[in-house]
Amino acid sequence: MSKLDVEKIKADSAHLRGTLLESLADPLTGAISEADTQLSKFHGIYQQDDRDVRSERARQKLEPAYSFMIRARIPGGLLTTSQWLGMDRIAREFANDTIRLTTRQAVQFHGVVKRDLKRTIADINQAALDTLAACGDVNRNVMAPPLPSLSRVHRQVQSHAEQLSAHLTPATGAYHEIWLDGKKLLSIADEDEPIYGDTYLPRKFKAAFVVPPQNDVDVYAQDLGFVTIVDNGDITGFNVTVGGGMGMTHGDTATYPRLADVLGFCEPGDVLAVAEAIVKTQRDYGDRANRKHARLKYTIDDRGIDWFRGEVERRSGVTLGKPRHFAFVANGDAYGWHKDDTGAFHYTLFVENGRVRDDGERRLLSSLRAIAERHRCEYRLTPNQNLIVSKVAARDKARVDATMAEFGIENSVRASPLRLHSMACVGFPTCGLAMAESERYLPSLVDKIDAVFADAGLADAPVTLRMTGCANGCARPYIAEIGLVGKGPGRYSLFLGAGFAGQRLGAPYRDNADEAEILDALEPLLRGYGSERGEGERFGDFLVRKGLVHEVSEGRLIHES
Amino acid sequence: MTNLAASALPLDDDQNQRLQRAVEGLSPEQLLWVSGFAAGLAAAAGAQHAAVAPVAAVGRRLTVLYGSQTGNGEGIAEQLVALAKQQGFAARALNLADFKPSALKRESLVSFIVSTHGEGDPPDDAELFHEYLMSDRAAALPDLEYSVLALGDSSYVNFCQTGREFDVRLAELGAMRFAERVECDLDYDAAASAWSSQVVERLPELLDAPPSPAVTHLRAVADAPVHGRDNPFAAEVLVNQRITGAGSDRDVRHIELSLEGSDLEYEPGDALAIIANNPPSLVDEVLDALSLDSEAIVVVGEEPVSLRAALSKKTEITALNLDFLRRWAGHGNSDALHTTIDDADPAVLTEFVTAHQVVDVVRRYPADIDAQAFVDMLRPLSPRSYSIASSAAANPGEVHLTVAAVRYEAFGRPHWGAASTMLADRLDAGDRVEVFVERNPRFRLPSPDTPIVMIGPGTGVAPFRAFIEERAEQGAGGESWLFFGDRTMHNDFLYQLEWQRHLNRGNLTRLDVAFSRDQRKKIYVQDRMRENGAELYRWIQRGAVIYVCGDAKRMAGDVERTLIDIIAEHGGVDCEVAEQQLKALRRAKRYQRDVY
Repeated sequence: MSKLDVEKIKADSAHLRGTLLESLADPLTGAISEADTQLSKFHGIYQQDDRDVRSERARQKLEPAYSFMIRARIPGGLLTTSQWLGMDRIAREFANDTIRLTTRQAVQFHGVVKRDLKRTIADINQAALDTLAACGDVNRNVMAPPLPSLSRVHRQVQSHAEQLSAHLTPATGAYHEIWLDGKKLLSIADEDEPIYGDTYLPRKFKAAFVVPPQNDVDVYAQDLGFVTIVDNGDITGFNVTVGGGMGMTHGDTATYPRLADVLGFCEPGDVLAVAEAIVKTQRDYGDRANRKHARLKYTIDDRGIDWFRGEVERRSGVTLGKPRHFAFVANGDAYGWHKDDTGAFHYTLFVENGRVRDDGERRLLSSLRAIAERHRCEYRLTPNQNLIVSKVAARDKARVDATMAEFGIENSVRASPLRLHSMACVGFPTCGLAMAESERYLPSLVDKIDAVFADAGLADAPVTLRMTGCANGCARPYIAEIGLVGKGPGRYSLFLGAGFAGQRLGAPYRDNADEAEILDALEPLLRGYGSERGEGERFGDFLVRKGLVHEVSEGRLIHES
Repeated sequence: MTNLAASALPLDDDQNQRLQRAVEGLSPEQLLWVSGFAAGLAAAAGAQHAAVAPVAAVGRRLTVLYGSQTGNGEGIAEQLVALAKQQGFAARALNLADFKPSALKRESLVSFIVSTHGEGDPPDDAELFHEYLMSDRAAALPDLEYSVLALGDSSYVNFCQTGREFDVRLAELGAMRFAERVECDLDYDAAASAWSSQVVERLPELLDAPPSPAVTHLRAVADAPVHGRDNPFAAEVLVNQRITGAGSDRDVRHIELSLEGSDLEYEPGDALAIIANNPPSLVDEVLDALSLDSEAIVVVGEEPVSLRAALSKKTEITALNLDFLRRWAGHGNSDALHTTIDDADPAVLTEFVTAHQVVDVVRRYPADIDAQAFVDMLRPLSPRSYSIASSAAANPGEVHLTVAAVRYEAFGRPHWGAASTMLADRLDAGDRVEVFVERNPRFRLPSPDTPIVMIGPGTGVAPFRAFIEERAEQGAGGESWLFFGDRTMHNDFLYQLEWQRHLNRGNLTRLDVAFSRDQRKKIYVQDRMRENGAELYRWIQRGAVIYVCGDAKRMAGDVERTLIDIIAEHGGVDCEVAEQQLKALRRAKRYQRDVY
């Protein structure tokens, strides 16, 4: 019983126009209309309110402190320094002096008020980026690995990601009309939306490229994935994966996180045709009656992977080949300096929970502005919410180091391995879905778990730890070796036993656990891991081998443990 | 009317006959009037709630109040209301967020649907209602029959906690449970439908009582009220709530006072006078500046009191007046002060008197004085009046005020208003403050069908809250247009949520706002009036009554000039004619002002 019928809103929206112009002009509220809050997502804009002051404001007879989160779409997370400087200016002028790097290599601005929305979007476009389809029931930001050591492959994969992103961008002129004062369309009969049609997709859709052996993009969590097969520095094709997705709903066992299946192999020239066929199949067969059952993963589980492959082959005219062999070793980032195959240098900074701001001595926002202003380089955002200062010439390396030191961020990568492998979603106070703290809480919890690690002799052991404030899974917690999913204030569901490379889901281990219960649950397991692990054995693998947690072979079985 | 069977009456035969004679031949309207007249007589005759407007007679109906984080509660509530209506009963569903908690005492049959989230917390929509219900100020509910459907998730520790709390607390407050509480888990469908059917099955007996006659309440011609200027009523503070956001540089309070137990009555447009005390810190400053002993005994109006008490409660020390200035100059023989008074331009002198407080003067022009002589120089402390912000019909037994706390820095020290800071800072819920009603017959709503235009920036919006509440209670058909202004929309939009609700429900037709600091160029209410001049002129032509409330110094004049300009421009007349027309409107009571 959904309060809002999103399908009807989409159908009635005239290709995502709705009444957004009227909502923006309404001077009596800092909000937009309820139906428009659904449509604004397709334009990369989420209405939020400061939940810390929600009840105080209700008492004050004032509406909630509404503001907007704006997500800029950045295929593969690749930015020129001038684009970064544009984002930096926007953050300082409109968005609380912070930039939030996301788990999909995009950037988010929080706290933009309604009367500044249009200027902010215009400024983002001025910086040659946009926000269209950064959220909503469409293909979101296309991910691609930043590959700091492999520049030749990076260039090719990045180009595929950009082409796919462009191909799957909605064709509607609504975005230009509303935000960039484009010419007004008289009738949508004159406007074609060739891939999506008038009601777009049943639910969000996420696509990524990955280059083994790193699984930094978490390809198994994506609706659509392309596993790059490289031969001698050149791309020979891709294994296509489908049906991954993180979101579930607490207490609703019909919902579950699911890892993607490998559908088959395609040639580089067939990527767009195959992707379009997959999107259209989901458009036509995805469940539009129940948004909790609308992702591609359910369509595939309901109808079978063989049926799905047939449909995709029929629509694309491409016969998929037998998948090629590949293997993943990790889903994290490699920190610090790396030299690539062209001789250029890349520095991967650790950005805790993706939050770029000035914090006391550590002036990350200022330092990234200074590096962008002073040095010849480009920026790559990673799928783990980190940032790479890329393509630095050997002679500039020391100067980049000096700039980082000047702003107090030279030691970001000296954090504990656990912290370097940790990730949290935004959560309170802005996210409307949050049930528990996430980004504001994880750093202090890591301190406490680090102490348990030290006691167990694991101070050097990398273990993935991810926290989200609700069950929707933005920080991909179900494929972290330690996954914490917010359930209520101070309470989390604990998932354990996932694969270090994101290749296996974790199993529910504790429900509704508070901090003490989380630490109590972890302590004996970590102690055991410290003393009994095999050579190179990962924490999740250890728990499964010892039978300490149940191995989740398929998403739909996750509730059966 | 049939003759009444004597046995069913609390009257003897003689009384019954006299009553029959008295009502013989009256029309139904006259009978209704008499019924209200008699009710008023009874009330005035001594019931404790004398003269407080009685419960508005609402036909018996089922009210379904829901609050849940998702749409589940709303869905169940709507189904229940639909079922009840199918059976021919009056029923309505309301979100708890839209329901004024203290109005519960006016309901007779309520089904609650409420979820629990987190660690046993109420959902956002129910938070304020929950807080009220669980608090000491929750009213007794002897006339309420209720049932509760609790929604929850059994994997949480405090399953259905909020529903349980509602159920227990309502019973504590004297309400009667007509059906046992039902608790639902995530798969709530079956249990919720069973509960709904149970509620609907009980409706015939619960709503069986014949609808009470729609009593038009008229009060008996009463004696002079007991409570007034000479005998103020000590009203209990029910609510003292800041209504400007945390980022505002102004502190505006919404104050709710209880009139229960008094005979105070008011109409929209009236003012409430507050007997204020002076800020203790200001009293200390005066004592310190004059080096006087706070315990010295002085006589004020034949009553011996300590100097501290005299300065706190009896004499005016926040507002300066010319009398005091002259006496102080004479006493201290200060040439400088004499010069200020005698040589200054009257406007400058007025400005001086407005800006300074007594303590500023005695500091700047020091002189020795004894306690009695000083007290004798001061005026008696006068009550402070505030335009009433509530309709008595909408808030029986209560009166609401909108008070901006006056606090500013000047001449190196903080200046505080007496009554405003007393209300804002020195009174909490449960404390009492002495009040009486000041009638304002020159600021009155017209007939319900007449359109009204209200111009009330800042706290000047207070009486318009009363107007709109009153019109909503009346179901008035007349259109209404409010111009409001303040500094920022985010923090200073006084009663924003209430205006939004009134607009959605059609109680308010139109609202135009001017927030001076939300853009580079300052925008005020008169700018919005001008922008909408043609439409405003059409409203005037259609017979609208124009009201202005608030600042007399600048706003009222700016608004008046704007009105003249609008009449001139859109009426096609010159300014002099327009001015005459506005005067005519004023004489016809179609242009009313409450400015201060």
